[in-house]
Amino acid sequence: MKVKICPEAFNPWQEIQDYQANLTEGSPKFGATSIFIGTMRDYNEGVTVQSMALDYYPGMTEKQLEKILTDAGEYWQIIDAYIVHRVGEIQPDETIVLVAVWTSHRGDAFDANRAIMEALKSTAPFWKKEVLTTGQTRWVEKNTDGYQKM
Amino acid sequence: MSIKVRYFASLGERVGQTESDLDFVQDLTVRDVWQLDTSGKPFPENLLAAVNMEYAGLDVQVQDGDEVAFFPPVTGG
Repeated sequence: MKVKICPEAFNPWQEIQDYQANLTEGSPKFGATSIFIGTMRDYNEGVTVQSMALDYYPGMTEKQLEKILTDAGEYWQIIDAYIVHRVGEIQPDETIVLVAVWTSHRGDAFDANRAIMEALKSTAPFWKKEVLTTGQTRWVEKNTDGYQKM
Repeated sequence: MSIKVRYFASLGERVGQTESDLDFVQDLTVRDVWQLDTSGKPFPENLLAAVNMEYAGLDVQVQDGDEVAFFPPVTGG
């Protein structure tokens, strides 16, 4: 299992392909892959957002992401998992986060991916600062509950 | 004999610094570190803390050489 902090824009599909190529070498035993990709929107709370700066805590962020994967591995039968998360200046339509989980069966793949993503949203030390089209900046003060219905 | 104190995101702006060194004294808790380093500023709502890059409660004891970090709720993903 691996985590990666990425200061540049990345292609999530290429990341999955490259990671999986190494994963399957000699031992292609997984039967299910679940993928979550989070992308930057150009709006938030009714306002157009021009760009975003993603701050993090070097050292602790990686440690916390690794803990999330380890904890998930103790609960679900995970063959492998991979998290990539952007930091720095981000533009709309760029990928913010990728979570990929490889398992034997779909249940573990779906459930572990969701749990990893929710744990990331609530415990991984990242902070978003939005730049609005007016030039004003504002910190995003809290993440929404992923299980809440719109 | 000191501990490193760090503030992240909006908290750094509110406190007016992102990093400082605080003289270590015996029986120091995370809560004491905040009080001493911010000259008694009230705790912001939902303040989170970490000691040596692991989440810690405000009553956790701090040791000489530790890194104590304070930050607002996280908003990644």
